[in-house]
Amino acid sequence: MSANTATEAAPRQRTRRNLELVLLILAWGLGVLGTQQVAWSTGEGLHSRFWITAAVVGVLALVAHIIVRWRVPYSDPFLLPIATLLTILGLVMIYRLDVAAAQRAERNDNPIPTPDVYNQLTWYAVAVLLFVLVLLVLRDHRVLQRYTYTAGLVGVILLLLPLAPVIGATVNGATLWVRVGGFTFQPAEAAKILLTIFFAGYLVVTRDSLALVRTKVLGVPLPRARDLGPILIVWALSLGVLVFERDLGTSLLFFGLFVAMLYIATQRWSWLVLGFVLFAVGAVFAYLMFGHVRTRVQIWLDPFAYADTGGYQIVQSLYGFANGGLFGTGLGRGYPELVPFANTDFILAGLGEELGLTGAIGILLLYAVLIERGLRTAVAVRDPFGQLLAAGLSITLALQVFVIVGGITRLIPLTGLTTPFLSYGGSSLVANWVIIAILLVISNRARRPAPTPPSPDSTATQVVRR
Amino acid sequence: MTRAIRRISLVLAILLVALMVNITLIQVFRSDDFRARADNQRVILDEYGRQRGPILTGPEAVALSEETRGSLKWLRVYPEGEQYASVTGFYSLVYGATGLERTENGVLSGSSDLFFVDRLQQLIAGAQPRGGAVTTTIDPAAQAAAWAGLAGTKGAVFAIEPSTGRILAQVQSPSFDPNILSSHDPAEIRDYYEELLDDPDQPLINRPIVALNPPGSTFKLVTAAAALSSGRFTMDSVLPGPAEYDLPLSERTLRNWTGEECAPGGEITLEQALAVSCNTAFAWLGNELGADALREQSELFGFDYKFETPLRAATSRFPESPDEPQTAISAIGQFDVRATAMQMAMVVAGIGNNGVVMEPYLVQEIRAPDLTILRTADPRIFRTALSPEDAAQMQQMMVAVVEEGTAGVLQGIVDGAGNPVLVGAKTGTAQTGRDGEQPISWMVAMAPASNPSIAVAVVVEDGGQTELSGGALAGPIARAVIEASLR
Repeated sequence: MSANTATEAAPRQRTRRNLELVLLILAWGLGVLGTQQVAWSTGEGLHSRFWITAAVVGVLALVAHIIVRWRVPYSDPFLLPIATLLTILGLVMIYRLDVAAAQRAERNDNPIPTPDVYNQLTWYAVAVLLFVLVLLVLRDHRVLQRYTYTAGLVGVILLLLPLAPVIGATVNGATLWVRVGGFTFQPAEAAKILLTIFFAGYLVVTRDSLALVRTKVLGVPLPRARDLGPILIVWALSLGVLVFERDLGTSLLFFGLFVAMLYIATQRWSWLVLGFVLFAVGAVFAYLMFGHVRTRVQIWLDPFAYADTGGYQIVQSLYGFANGGLFGTGLGRGYPELVPFANTDFILAGLGEELGLTGAIGILLLYAVLIERGLRTAVAVRDPFGQLLAAGLSITLALQVFVIVGGITRLIPLTGLTTPFLSYGGSSLVANWVIIAILLVISNRARRPAPTPPSPDSTATQVVRR
Repeated sequence: MTRAIRRISLVLAILLVALMVNITLIQVFRSDDFRARADNQRVILDEYGRQRGPILTGPEAVALSEETRGSLKWLRVYPEGEQYASVTGFYSLVYGATGLERTENGVLSGSSDLFFVDRLQQLIAGAQPRGGAVTTTIDPAAQAAAWAGLAGTKGAVFAIEPSTGRILAQVQSPSFDPNILSSHDPAEIRDYYEELLDDPDQPLINRPIVALNPPGSTFKLVTAAAALSSGRFTMDSVLPGPAEYDLPLSERTLRNWTGEECAPGGEITLEQALAVSCNTAFAWLGNELGADALREQSELFGFDYKFETPLRAATSRFPESPDEPQTAISAIGQFDVRATAMQMAMVVAGIGNNGVVMEPYLVQEIRAPDLTILRTADPRIFRTALSPEDAAQMQQMMVAVVEEGTAGVLQGIVDGAGNPVLVGAKTGTAQTGRDGEQPISWMVAMAPASNPSIAVAVVVEDGGQTELSGGALAGPIARAVIEASLR
């Protein structure tokens, strides 16, 4: 705890932790109000477990806050409240869909299905647990740089794990699940973090050589041929994910992330051009070779022509958004259950229907602030690895939001991805909370008062070694 | 690297803005397009998910919503079914809505601006929105009598209160069962609808306000009114009433329905000519007055005007520019004269209301979901068709039709207290001009004649051959409706 005492000895700087607490209380209050509105307007009435559930959520948020106060007191005050609010909004919507499912079952005299909201709440608890663990274990993000290649290897293995016999599983056409016992998870979510660490660590070391320019072709300065290796490997890996796991979203996410980080590391826009060309080649190749990609694109171009088959999801999603209009139907008054996968991929369609454009834009703004805070952290932190890591994690979030929200609103072809923090599903929720934890660690380092003697490096190293 | 991060931030910001613009397009600008698409279940679920307000007649509901356990939560039910079909219309998943269900949809569904405060309260209370109630002007007794009287015939009854224009009865026969058309079973709805469309008697037509028929001798009321209005005639003026009238400019003649002179000596007063429905006298009168005077008088009663009660009625017509023989035939309600039952009831009501024609209306009150009254009907004058003096003469003449003429079937009516009531009326029999069809039988009447509380028009499309047999078919129905209303 020498670091801690050293920090307190330094000149006092505003931590803004009280602001964070106020925002957290507001987020919790919104969740309570939202749940009550669902209960009343669906005619269900408040569940007997409501206040216990609300208390559990409150305690989880409070635990996260206390740990932040203790371990990363100078970190950005908006990251935790926004992640918490999004998670709570997700819980409210999942509960609302549980009610719809229960009412439908009741109408058809079917047994009432198990509600999903308690599972999600459990996942939220696990997510907070991991969040706390990261904050406890990781005093300094630079430690992660040591595990660059380990992270890369494990990341790739995780990414390819669904293809393994026995444990790999295909759900809804995409092979991105692993099933061990009765327990399934999406390894790509964990791979997302590990590969960002790998990219950051790798690029910090190699960026100087990657920035070297040998030749120009048509005015475009091209990197040296032997430096092309890494981008080609990532490209091939992404295509592999697309082809063998049939997961367009994850494929797009990794490739986009890598190209963006490559650009940040080298500041050579030629990498962006090269990345785009490779993406285009890959996209055309995939379109020509694979029926499922072709179908996706055709549905995107004219979803109404396939309204009864492949276009059903997107058409229902559009109808949901349209039904919401400017102010929405109000929670519990719309028909979010008409959209397939309403509590995972399409959860924003339900929120857009019941909270309207106002709510949908509000949620997108929450993401915008979250991502902006992450990128601001990247700019503020002084070490290149931290910069790349923070930027990479923020970009992951941004790309994921863009790919899924763009997909369900028909801006781009639909690809399955979870909506960060909102969607039902443990792997995604836990992974995104770990991202927030890492961002908080980096942010704490970026914003804390002038470095404490003798060297922040040695202090952090000691802590980890202990 | 900072600069590169800033640039990437900009790109990500653009992506997010693109998302927001796109969502705005969907939720605001294209929202109506998406909502209007036939396969969008939300619109229907929404409509059927709300408790639609009832349509009331007196304290009784003639259309109401009952809760079901299906995914369409509320089912529309019509306790009186066919009897009120002409008023309520239907509320169908497949074919949309008709009748008051269509015109009053804003109130019934709760989306009307009248409910702004109510909706605000519901929003705050988080309650499910409900629709308001519509109370009709219908007199249930008159409606039931009309329905019973029309049973088995093809025809219509329309009755109004002359002093206000309140519609007291509006019945069609044959009718349809709105319960079936408003069910939640599309196949059943389609089968029944097809069956109705195939029926040669066209039960889906709102006969009392939409079916246009030649009014026959009932139109003589308009001709007589034009005669009085011209100032050249009174009820005592003597007119030629031979057995045959030579149509000007042609070889053809027009005969009385009896085939004889209207009165011994071939001369007859206007009052008597109306009482015995003398064709030759009215044909002569028509040419004396001219087509323009007849048309003008008819328009003062409501011909050539689009009424919405709020149900849209067909426009009754007097021919554009008839020549002399055509004018003569038009004066007795044949040739191209066409009128709805509603229009002929309005002619009688205008006479009964001292010459002032009121606009007919079907909605008495609009109530909020909590039954507080939001709007009450406001009777409106349509036009003044006659001076009070001329109207008084017309009333006397119409009483003579009952007491001395062709509408004897309406004699001896008593009110609820058992006091005799003078009734004014006019019979009519009209040729449709279509081969093989029975003539159309009319009876228009009002009671009490001096200050009527009801004016009724009955039309039976497969009526009898003569003025008397026509009266014999339509007359008893008119009598039953009047008696039910006076009781």
